[in-house]
Amino acid sequence: MNFAWFVLPFSLGLFLLFILVIFKISFWVRQLPLRDRLLLNRGIFSFKIFKVIKEVIMESLLHRRIFKINPVLGFMHMSFAFGWFMLILVGNMESRLYAGTELNLPYYAIFFKYFVHQPLTIPFAEGFTFIMDFFLVLVLSGLLIALSKRIYSRVVGMKRTTKLKPFDVFAMLSLWFIFPFRLLAESMAAGMYHTGGFLTQPLGNFFAGFLPLGPLSYAMWWAYSIALGVFFVSLPYSRYMHIPTEIVLIAFRHFGIRRTKEYDMFKDVEVFSCSRCGICIDKCQLNTMAQVNTIQSAYFIKSIRKKNQQEAVVQNCLVCGRCQEFCPVGIKTDDLRLSQRMIFENREIADFHYLPQDVPVKTDILYFAGCMTHLTPSIKKAMLNILNSSGISYRFMDEDGSICCGRPLMLSGNNKDALKLMQTNKDIIRSSEAHTLVTSCPICLRVFREDYNLNINVVHHTQFIESMIAEGKISLENSGAKISYHDPCELGRGLGIYDEPRNVLSQTGVLLKNSLERKSSLCCGGSIANNQNYNLNKDKISQQVVAHLSAKEPDMIATACPLCKKSLVKYADIRVADIAELVSEQMVSNKADASRAEKKFNVESVEA
Amino acid sequence: MVDFGYKIQADRQINLDITNKALANFVKKHENSFNTCIGCGTCTATCSTAKFTDFNFRRLQLFIRRGETANVKAEIAKCMLCGKCQLACPRGVNTRNVIMMIKKGLEAHV
Amino acid sequence: MAKKVVVIGGGIAGMESSAYLAEMGYDVTLLEKEDCLGGHLRNWERLFPTMRLGQEVLDFLKLGVDTKVNVIRNANITKVNRIEKRFQVELDRGASFNADALLITTGYDTFDATKKEEYGYGIYDNVITSAELEKMFMEGKNIITPTGKVPKKIGIIHCVGSRDEKVGNVYCSKVCCVTAVKQAIELKEKLPEVEIYCFYMDLRMYGMHFEALYKEAQEKHAINFIRGRLSEASENMDQTVMIKVEDTLAGKPLKLSVDLLVLMVGFVPSKGTKEIGKMMGLEFGTNGFYKTKDQHTMTNVSNIQGVFFAGSCTAPKTITNTITDARAAATTVASYLESYDLEIRTKAFFQ
Repeated sequence: MNFAWFVLPFSLGLFLLFILVIFKISFWVRQLPLRDRLLLNRGIFSFKIFKVIKEVIMESLLHRRIFKINPVLGFMHMSFAFGWFMLILVGNMESRLYAGTELNLPYYAIFFKYFVHQPLTIPFAEGFTFIMDFFLVLVLSGLLIALSKRIYSRVVGMKRTTKLKPFDVFAMLSLWFIFPFRLLAESMAAGMYHTGGFLTQPLGNFFAGFLPLGPLSYAMWWAYSIALGVFFVSLPYSRYMHIPTEIVLIAFRHFGIRRTKEYDMFKDVEVFSCSRCGICIDKCQLNTMAQVNTIQSAYFIKSIRKKNQQEAVVQNCLVCGRCQEFCPVGIKTDDLRLSQRMIFENREIADFHYLPQDVPVKTDILYFAGCMTHLTPSIKKAMLNILNSSGISYRFMDEDGSICCGRPLMLSGNNKDALKLMQTNKDIIRSSEAHTLVTSCPICLRVFREDYNLNINVVHHTQFIESMIAEGKISLENSGAKISYHDPCELGRGLGIYDEPRNVLSQTGVLLKNSLERKSSLCCGGSIANNQNYNLNKDKISQQVVAHLSAKEPDMIATACPLCKKSLVKYADIRVADIAELVSEQMVSNKADASRAEKKFNVESVEA
Repeated sequence: MVDFGYKIQADRQINLDITNKALANFVKKHENSFNTCIGCGTCTATCSTAKFTDFNFRRLQLFIRRGETANVKAEIAKCMLCGKCQLACPRGVNTRNVIMMIKKGLEAHV
Repeated sequence: MAKKVVVIGGGIAGMESSAYLAEMGYDVTLLEKEDCLGGHLRNWERLFPTMRLGQEVLDFLKLGVDTKVNVIRNANITKVNRIEKRFQVELDRGASFNADALLITTGYDTFDATKKEEYGYGIYDNVITSAELEKMFMEGKNIITPTGKVPKKIGIIHCVGSRDEKVGNVYCSKVCCVTAVKQAIELKEKLPEVEIYCFYMDLRMYGMHFEALYKEAQEKHAINFIRGRLSEASENMDQTVMIKVEDTLAGKPLKLSVDLLVLMVGFVPSKGTKEIGKMMGLEFGTNGFYKTKDQHTMTNVSNIQGVFFAGSCTAPKTITNTITDARAAATTVASYLESYDLEIRTKAFFQ
């Protein structure tokens, strides 16, 4: 039996890590509702497990998604995860082949080079030595990038990297020290016993020239083991807990564990899966455009983990979904944010008994303009013009004022009160027996689709217009105007509606391509989901978004949300119009009317 | 009750010397724009809730500032938080947060 | 040889300051982008609070520039060079003018009411601006709505594009309150049967005789003043305009259908003000107008030595204030050109 006292820190650390991780995972599983626990049990013994394994390899080891977003950062994460994993895997194969037994204690493979004093006699011995050195180089190269990222984050193309607290630094340093110590220990062993590969052997020979390798290498093995032990013990309490947790998260996703609006176990697993890679920080416009740099998802998630959420931080977010779109772990940061708001704000105060309960007229198609659209009458007028001239029968649900859809309450965390509003609207929609609900406001659209369970066709007006064009109910004449399109967050990232607005717009004019669009599109800043320093942040953001949208000198900016329109128009020097307005003006049957509208718009204000 | 032939009437004036400004101070502390209202009434004119009931956000805010908070809880319960008022306010009062802070302030028994 | 002054902008401020500078003996060139002088004053029939004709003031101003000022019309400035302490202003047709001092009098534009979408301008036919109403007065035609009706009820909305954070203009435009009163009286004089409702946040009757005019509007013309700001207008089936406000003094929401809705559009820095400012590197204040070197003591002095301001390019001003400001600017320019001893006070700011 091979043994040395220095293996103790490593072995103890590993043992503790094992216990703590098992404890944590079993906590998550035990807290799941019964239905989800059954799903989990069934999932493990089904073909789904292969999908889980595949994704774990692709994401947890190879970090495919980070690669896609930021190749240098992807390489850094991959080199650590995949490199280290391969060192463990190949090291174990090597040591087991050598010892000819399966029953080695874990430390044997790790400190193999300490115990083996002659060149290997196993098959492909040189290959093993080469591979081990190769992956060590890989890990060390990642370490070099990590080091330079900390010194100067732009090395990896990040304007900002995460800010660290002392414990984070401690855990990070313990990780960083592992590999240089391993390199030194193995090189010195190679220097003494000629067991090294292309990296460790020359280095060992070099050290042998002027250093007392015997005692020094022993010290290095101790250092290596301590670094490992310290890292293992700090892992469950540091961000490195994301390593085991991400596997659980991937399994939860594939096994169909349910998500709720509340802060549930799924979200808790997401919180522990965050590696604080910091990709969210540069994607956040509050950071890049309004210099608010304490609220980004990486910090917010950490505050949940540390159970010291600040309401001002929880509330200070546009919920625009940009960070979520780029999160390599796929954490639903928006849902997480809203679930935390529920903790602070989910009081049941509202009383909506004053709302009308009248039975509506039956109709096929309901048009719901939404509260905000009443403040942008040109959108409303255009939609009514389109609906009227297409000859379909519809009813204008909120002609005399809207009953709020409930999403604004939900965005603030008042889900309980929101449900009361939703029930009222749902009753009206249901009793109208409509098969299609058209709305002009993407905020309403989202809640109608995701939370109302209406079982009817719920569409945004851009989708509705596109289908009417396809059906030949309306036809458009292209004005040739150069149009820059702004994707509203709730419509684009929120509901994935990117193509319909573009298809319609390209029939009314010439659609320009902006550098940030679709899932990368910017938030206009006017999101009602953020109520902290509302005006200050909104204005800073809107101004820069208008500049971005105007960069290619379009004739006009088009959007598909009344709120976006309002935010953009404040700073735009050119026309800002909703797609519905442009369609209304360019409808062939309506050309006469449209030219009048256009004339009125262009009227030079008579000077006073 | 014994009828003494007269009764004590509640003071019908706002008495700023003794009025309870705790709620107003709480809201102001958490939402700086609370005090910038000039009472133009745009919020109330545009209010989705005011379309259906006699909710008046301008007056509610003003009453809170004057310490007249007896009806605040029943009144604020009517708000749908739709944010239309926020989009209309010429002074940039962050009305949604004001409303949330009023609710919170009521809960904190200030 | 006389020192040269180039004045940019031939509105009220440009005309009056040119007149004084020329009379002082300077070689004055007045550049005007349009083909006639007078600026906004040309579109103004009657002036508050006296109700005298704008033309009378214009005639007075013209007398000042008729003889000694070199007026260049249709002047499109492409470049302003600074050569040590002198300036050279280049026009698109190749002409250029040297100057020892520049006076900027580029003025204001009226607020583009389409930016305040919920008020319905450009969307509903019967919503017009105060400037368009004035044009109707100017043309002396009968007052009819854009849809061809003699109005029975007219709504006048104050503060459109002024004191409104939502359109980015947080300042008061100073003239709209009293203009509303003036136009309401004129409407009432032309259409005695008409009902007029003015919707205001605050009535700022700060000028001499403004308050009297306001009282006259109430007393003599029975014009209604309702304290409440318009939230949104909509169109009825008969193309009348439905307006929603809160009558804040009654404490109740109020709605009213009017045949004509007049928006009192405020001041914004003119296109010329923005262009010349950018071209020359003049400083703008937070409201977008030119920033004067000192808000109290150097109201005509720019951040560039030798360049001065007059009129509403620095802030909204009434005609009276603009004329006063133009004369003050002329004095300031002369003081600079003559290097009067008191210039030490100004120069300190440029060191």
